[in-house]
Amino acid sequence: MNLATVSFAYLRARSLTTALNVLLLALGIATITLLLLATDQLEERMQRDARGIDLVVGAKGSPLQIILSAIYHLDVPTGNIPFVQAREIQQHRAVKKTIPLALGDSYRGFRVVGTVHDYVVHYGARAAVGRLWEKPMEVVLGAEVAARTGHTLGANFAGAHGLSEGGQEHETQPYTVVGVLAPSGTVLDRLVLTSVESVWVVHAEHHDIKDVTDIARQMSDDEKEYTALLIQYASPLAAAILPRYINNNSEMQAASPAFETARLFRIIGVGVDVLRGFALVLIFAAGLSVFIALYNALNERRYDLAVMRTLGARPAKLMALMLFEGLLLASLGAVLGLALGHALAQALGGVLKAAQQVEVTGWAWVNDELWLVALALAVGVIAALLPAWRAARTEIAATLARG
Amino acid sequence: MFVLKNLRHAYDGGDVLNIPAWDAESGAHWLVVGPSGSGKTTLLHILAGILRPTAGSVTVAGQDIGALPAAGLDRFRGRHIGIVLQRLHLVTSLTVMNNLLLAQYLAGLAQDKAHVNGLLASLELGDKAGAYPHELSHGQAQRAAVARAVVNQPQLLLADEPTSNLDDQRCWQALELLETQARACGATLVIATHDQRIKSRVSNHYALGDSS
Repeated sequence: MNLATVSFAYLRARSLTTALNVLLLALGIATITLLLLATDQLEERMQRDARGIDLVVGAKGSPLQIILSAIYHLDVPTGNIPFVQAREIQQHRAVKKTIPLALGDSYRGFRVVGTVHDYVVHYGARAAVGRLWEKPMEVVLGAEVAARTGHTLGANFAGAHGLSEGGQEHETQPYTVVGVLAPSGTVLDRLVLTSVESVWVVHAEHHDIKDVTDIARQMSDDEKEYTALLIQYASPLAAAILPRYINNNSEMQAASPAFETARLFRIIGVGVDVLRGFALVLIFAAGLSVFIALYNALNERRYDLAVMRTLGARPAKLMALMLFEGLLLASLGAVLGLALGHALAQALGGVLKAAQQVEVTGWAWVNDELWLVALALAVGVIAALLPAWRAARTEIAATLARG
Repeated sequence: MFVLKNLRHAYDGGDVLNIPAWDAESGAHWLVVGPSGSGKTTLLHILAGILRPTAGSVTVAGQDIGALPAAGLDRFRGRHIGIVLQRLHLVTSLTVMNNLLLAQYLAGLAQDKAHVNGLLASLELGDKAGAYPHELSHGQAQRAAVARAVVNQPQLLLADEPTSNLDDQRCWQALELLETQARACGATLVIATHDQRIKSRVSNHYALGDSS
């Protein structure tokens, strides 16, 4: 027997009110938890994918679209860039490292990316099975692509033209799987990687290629195209020179991942803020509801409170009893809310995974959730303050004399 | 056991309780009698230390309770004074067992389940320890309320109108219960009543109001 026993007994005696209050608070907490988990993982994921890439060069168009298509492989590219101009950039003294990307095909919704081995190295990925591509038409599958398609070493398949499913298949030029990447938690997981030459082979205008291994020499430089270049600066100073140089002196467009993702998050942020505001209103309503419940309970319990005083309870004890009850409701709401939020995040992750978009999991913890717990407990205590104060001021003799 | 001296209590309405002196011996059984509104309940509340009198002193078990600070008075009441209220007022969301343990807990005493079980058994409530107050008959509820009042073995046991609205047989049972339990813990018993039936059964009377 202690305050907890009494509080529990009271909460159980009004189980419907208790359940509704806990649920109301839990819904608010769950919404914010979901937002925290989703935005945190999205941001973390997007930062990981863009790490070490200072600039992306693509065809003229929306910079945000260039970033979305070349780094995250979510949007369609703005177009292609000429090989010759790209080579000029690659040789610029402000550039330390470049990774060329050639897009154009997909396989079952997964993009086929023509690139160089540096692309794999950049993300710290390695082949779990087999090796990286050497010759044109050899491909390496990202971990998720392998899992989803069931393809293993030696499998042959034809890519489909275009970046979405249902494009015309290039049946005459099948790809051969020579490796599967270990999961890296980056965009590589859902890509089919191959050499740039493979993409050129598939899209070559002249169909009389004698030897695909020799494609680079059979094509003139003017025929060759990349879709984008991922660039790492040689020095911080390059940020001041290179984008302007590219934008002013070529048909190409430079886009900064840091700037564009920040812009993207500002756009998403409005929606997140609206949802968060809505959740805070829910939490406030829950606090109000707890307050009303405890305040009404005072009336039902005035004899109980007076009796407890006759049994030796100090006024502070009655105050503690009410505060504890508010705290107990808030804790239940917080625990249920967090559990619900994580479950929702996991469910959302399942939906997004099916759509081959970013991954979200409920099996993660964000430190801000501690603030959420603190917020819930504070709401519980604040809601109980006035009832607690009134409970402490119970007039024993007057209450008992009334009956 | 308790001594009242020059006790006066005035309500806003001017209703006045006036007791020049009342000295009750330890273990004695008293009736406070008088018509409705004569201040019986007020006197009981003053004895219990839940109401501070306008003037005068109250000494219970050698302790001038008027001199105790609020917190000290609460502790003193929890440990030395048992109260059976007219409407019993068991805490409805707690079991009989927990109602008794609550009395031990709030008095700051050790919670002794064996003692509580023994007490309940002696009052034929052994099988009602886990029952809630609304599951009890009136007689059982009254025994539970008396059990809660005596569980800390008080030196002063107060009862407010314990026999009102009871038929004759139950009236004697209630009185018997209080007297037995008071004797069991050596407590001084004070019953506030306007029930004429029990006047003949208790020899010490303290009359208030018109009948004084």
